[in-house]
Amino acid sequence: MRVMLVDDEPERRAATEAPLRLLGHEVVGFSTSTSDLAAAVKRHQPDVILVDVDVPGRDTLESLGQVTRDRPRPIVLFASHSEPETIRKALQAGVSSYVVDGMNPARLKPIIDVAIARFEEFQALRNELEETRSKLADRRDIEKAKGLLMKRRNLDENGAYELLRRMAMDRNLKLGDAARTLIAAAELL
Amino acid sequence: MALEKNDIKLGLVPLIDAAPLIVAKEKGFFEEQGLNVTLSVEASWASIRDKVAAGLLDAAHMLAPMPIAATAGIDGVGVPMMTALSLNLNGNAIAVSQSLYWRLQLDELTPISVGERLKRVLEADRAAGAPPRVFAHVFPFSPHHYELRYWLAGCDIDPDRDLQLVVIPPPQMVRALRDGSIDGFCVGAPWGAVAQAAGIGRVVLNKYQIWNNSPEKVLGVTHAWAEAHPQTHLALIAALIRAAQWLDQPANRSEAARLIVEGHYVEATPETVHESLAVGAPGKPENAGLVFHAGAATFPWVSHALWFVGQMRRWNQLPPGTDGDALARASYRPDLYRAAAAQFGMPCPAVDLKSEGQHAGIHTLSRDHTIELGADRFFDGAGYSPS
Repeated sequence: MRVMLVDDEPERRAATEAPLRLLGHEVVGFSTSTSDLAAAVKRHQPDVILVDVDVPGRDTLESLGQVTRDRPRPIVLFASHSEPETIRKALQAGVSSYVVDGMNPARLKPIIDVAIARFEEFQALRNELEETRSKLADRRDIEKAKGLLMKRRNLDENGAYELLRRMAMDRNLKLGDAARTLIAAAELL
Repeated sequence: MALEKNDIKLGLVPLIDAAPLIVAKEKGFFEEQGLNVTLSVEASWASIRDKVAAGLLDAAHMLAPMPIAATAGIDGVGVPMMTALSLNLNGNAIAVSQSLYWRLQLDELTPISVGERLKRVLEADRAAGAPPRVFAHVFPFSPHHYELRYWLAGCDIDPDRDLQLVVIPPPQMVRALRDGSIDGFCVGAPWGAVAQAAGIGRVVLNKYQIWNNSPEKVLGVTHAWAEAHPQTHLALIAALIRAAQWLDQPANRSEAARLIVEGHYVEATPETVHESLAVGAPGKPENAGLVFHAGAATFPWVSHALWFVGQMRRWNQLPPGTDGDALARASYRPDLYRAAAAQFGMPCPAVDLKSEGQHAGIHTLSRDHTIELGADRFFDGAGYSPS
């Protein structure tokens, strides 16, 4: 697995890197105050990102995939000098997974695994949402295209739907895409 | 009435508009309310959100849309938050790199004319096969993000297709502009002025020009915290209103700048901090700078929340079917603000909504002529009347 490690303290970066390599991961390390993190994520395509909870670059990492269409990645936070109570509270509140400083390598693996599992669960929900959203958009556009056809070709609703369906089949398009093509064409004319 | 809690930890991000928190602490306004406040400087908005959500901070300096995103459950954590106090209006600047500035050939620094020139450059870039230009803002749920998109889209530039938007923490903006990883940014004071003073970028527009006196930062808490600490919450609001009043007396601005510099809250030169807090600087549009109290600046308008909800919807951040009105009313709480203001007899708006885009100067609410409000135009002349 490709792991990107973001931490401003070089010593701790090295200390975290070693156990990760032992676990067989490919590790790239960065300091947030000197790197263009967005570019680094693009270049290295990490599977998971481990980031120190107190670096400002967190906002950059989080936003990747939230607004842009880049592939989002699970983010694991690690906290130095944090009390167990802090971590417990944070996890309860739904904050991403935490790793504590100086953790032994054996504990690192399950935490990363859990973070990825949790992330995938979240992604599945998000994809479902995306799908619902596009279905709603499809329905709206199909209705609009049908309306256009009914008006221009003087068809009834069934006739308009049939015509749209045939257009989609002929052009090997999804019904929603065919509707949007038709609407765009109508807008040009 | 007795406070539920006296020792309070408040988070802030190093920006000039954290001034009300700093002033309330340093000038004793918190103490007057029986509060013993510790200010905690946080490195990122994500950190503010996490620590407030986890209860490690009682309340914090937040981007105005953050409580809305938290309540909608779209901020990655989903612990509902609210605000009952706006901390300021205006303050952000849009700056571009020196090289883009020269390409733009600007003869007029207005949103429409800068937008027209930018569109022309982007089209020329595309025709030449150049990679898309990159503009930065500070957080997916930030006024900066929505301002930038509102302006670009209003100038017929598609913010998703014609250029690339990225997030960069405010203190790193200037470096990113210098090393060429971005071509422009929208960021809060003092970072636009810092880029300009260093000769790295040029400020071409400010937030005021895009939407006059529009909301920027708020005091955010979780719903659970507000319910468990109602009196403490009101005391915090009251202390911060007093700080905002103090800050809007022009004679106090230079002392405020000194408090920010000497407390090392923002790592910028004293000159830049002073400049960012200057009132009515020559050559700037009227009231373009930070407003903390004038024009009901501290009031948490539900109509402002509704505008943000509209932008979240417009840019596909909200799940379809979200009840926007309920979301805005759950996250912005003017009722609590009024309760706090009543404690020291300060008049405040009796309505939760106001229209936007219809006033070029100082005016009063149509149903309450005692409340004076500032100009509220959008650069594109649009009107906004939520109901």
